[in-house]
Amino acid sequence: MRNKKVTEYFLISLIRLVTYIVVAIVGYIIIDIFIKGLPTLSWEFISGFPRRSGAEGGILPAIVGTICLVTGAISVALPLGMTSAIYLTEYAKQGRFKEIIGLAISTLAGVPSIVFGLFGLGLFVLFFGFGASILSGSLTLAFMILPTIIVSSEEALRAVPVTLREGSLALGASKWQTIARNVLPYALPGMFTGSILGIGRAAGETAPILLTVAAFYLPKLPRSIFDQVMALPYHLYVLATQHPEAEKVLPMQYGTALVLLLLVILFNLSAIILRNRFRKKIQW
Amino acid sequence: MVRTNVKMEMRAVNFYYGNTQALFDVSIAIPEKRVTALIGPSGCGKSTFLRMFNRMNDIIDGTNHTGEVMIDGESIYQNNNSSAELRKKVGMVFQKSNPFPKSIFENVAYGPKIHGIKERTQLQEIVENSLKAAALWEEVKDRLNKNATNLSGGQQQRLCIARALAVEPDILLMDEPASALDPKSTTRIENLISELQKNYTIVIVTHNMQQAARVSNYTAFFYEGHLVEFDKTNKIFTTPIKQQTEDYITGRFG
Ligand SMILES: Nc1ncnc2c1ncn2[C@@H]1O[C@H](COP(=O)(O)OP(=O)(O)OP(=O)(O)O)[C@@H](O)[C@H]1O
Ligand SMILES: [Mg+2]
Repeated sequence: MRNKKVTEYFLISLIRLVTYIVVAIVGYIIIDIFIKGLPTLSWEFISGFPRRSGAEGGILPAIVGTICLVTGAISVALPLGMTSAIYLTEYAKQGRFKEIIGLAISTLAGVPSIVFGLFGLGLFVLFFGFGASILSGSLTLAFMILPTIIVSSEEALRAVPVTLREGSLALGASKWQTIARNVLPYALPGMFTGSILGIGRAAGETAPILLTVAAFYLPKLPRSIFDQVMALPYHLYVLATQHPEAEKVLPMQYGTALVLLLLVILFNLSAIILRNRFRKKIQW
Repeated sequence: MVRTNVKMEMRAVNFYYGNTQALFDVSIAIPEKRVTALIGPSGCGKSTFLRMFNRMNDIIDGTNHTGEVMIDGESIYQNNNSSAELRKKVGMVFQKSNPFPKSIFENVAYGPKIHGIKERTQLQEIVENSLKAAALWEEVKDRLNKNATNLSGGQQQRLCIARALAVEPDILLMDEPASALDPKSTTRIENLISELQKNYTIVIVTHNMQQAARVSNYTAFFYEGHLVEFDKTNKIFTTPIKQQTEDYITGRFG
């Protein structure tokens, strides 16, 4: 008995320790970036254009670029993902076909992002001739976050109790009426939450945009979806590894990292707030 | 036996969930504007039987049946697109009350809206009448815009009845509508059923023998997917023909 208790205590302590370590690492990264990035953060930095290949000035084009890419990606991936999820949960019959689709989606989720970059280069940039552009980059990112959106949308749909579907059908509603009026409204918050998490990921990835849109140095704002843009993660990469004065631009790197981090935190925070607000409203 | 019109009918129906058969050669003729109770041990096929009449079994993958199911003398499984029309005529109340997470008003107005009624005053009238018919109006008339999921269990179940009545069905299928309720709410539902019987053909599943005896005119006893006996309720409860029926109602098994 005694021994068992000791072992248990030991194990719990170990698990707790590991958890603390994880939290500590995340905390360290965030604090480090905040401390080193905060001095650089200024209105000029956020709203200004870069000068001397990014060694001076601001990062507005990169911020705008990332927002464009994320907006583009989400406006393609959201309708596609939601529609697929509706089809898969509500219409597709259980069986081989559905299994294969499920397998394809989880495979897609596991594909390294650089492969998405190559895929985007081959398909959108070259084959469709969109060139290196916001369009190509957004589409590439859209496909990268598609699995996340499909899976979280499926979960949100499945969370709506069958009894609500039955209740609606029993009143003479068609299947589509039932989905539109008595399933989707309750699943939407969950769907959006998953999507916003996807946005966070799209905002931070470098590899998929490397080959499809990102400009090394382009100190102006895009005028159409066929323009190239700078993007925060790529700008950071360039400053850190490609810049002739990498040491000197260290503050700029941290400033960029901080802006990117804040952007992603903002997205995730809004996802959580949205989810909590709707959770309170809907209950069954 | 007083002659009444046959409202719902089954002829030699077999029903299968995939490879498991749940109904065996069931034939029955259910009279109009009467309450018919379905009794029998758990898993004997009462819900399956009930759900044949509004084609709710169709929504389960891999089910199929043989034989004929008729309402008003018409076979209901012939046209594949008519299940929505059918369900407008055949309302259903589920065992576990399932109010939609919407306002009380929207719950009752859901069916009429689906069937194309848009005008607000007309909807208000339907909602009021349905809630009155379900004996819920007095309790909720001041809070029609409140979420229905905040109602008590008994109120929720009456709301579901009101919701079913709002589409003006001929038939009301009730699958153990009072099984999750306290005695007081149960009594209210039972009184309501007696009241509704004037205008509707009601088929009700119940595990409660006294309830079956109290509310129904006819009783069907099911056992392992077979319809063992179907007759007037007082006949079933006083002089059943089959030994199995007698054993069940006297509590010797099930
Ligand atoms: N969706 C389903 N898939 C497979 N088998 C099912 C399904 N629903 C019911 N069955 C089976 O069909 C038989 C009849 O079930 P049914 O639900 O009609 O019984 P019941 O008389 O309503 O029981 P209860 O009194 O417990 O509600 C049972 O053996 C059950 O296991
Ligand atoms: Mg049942």
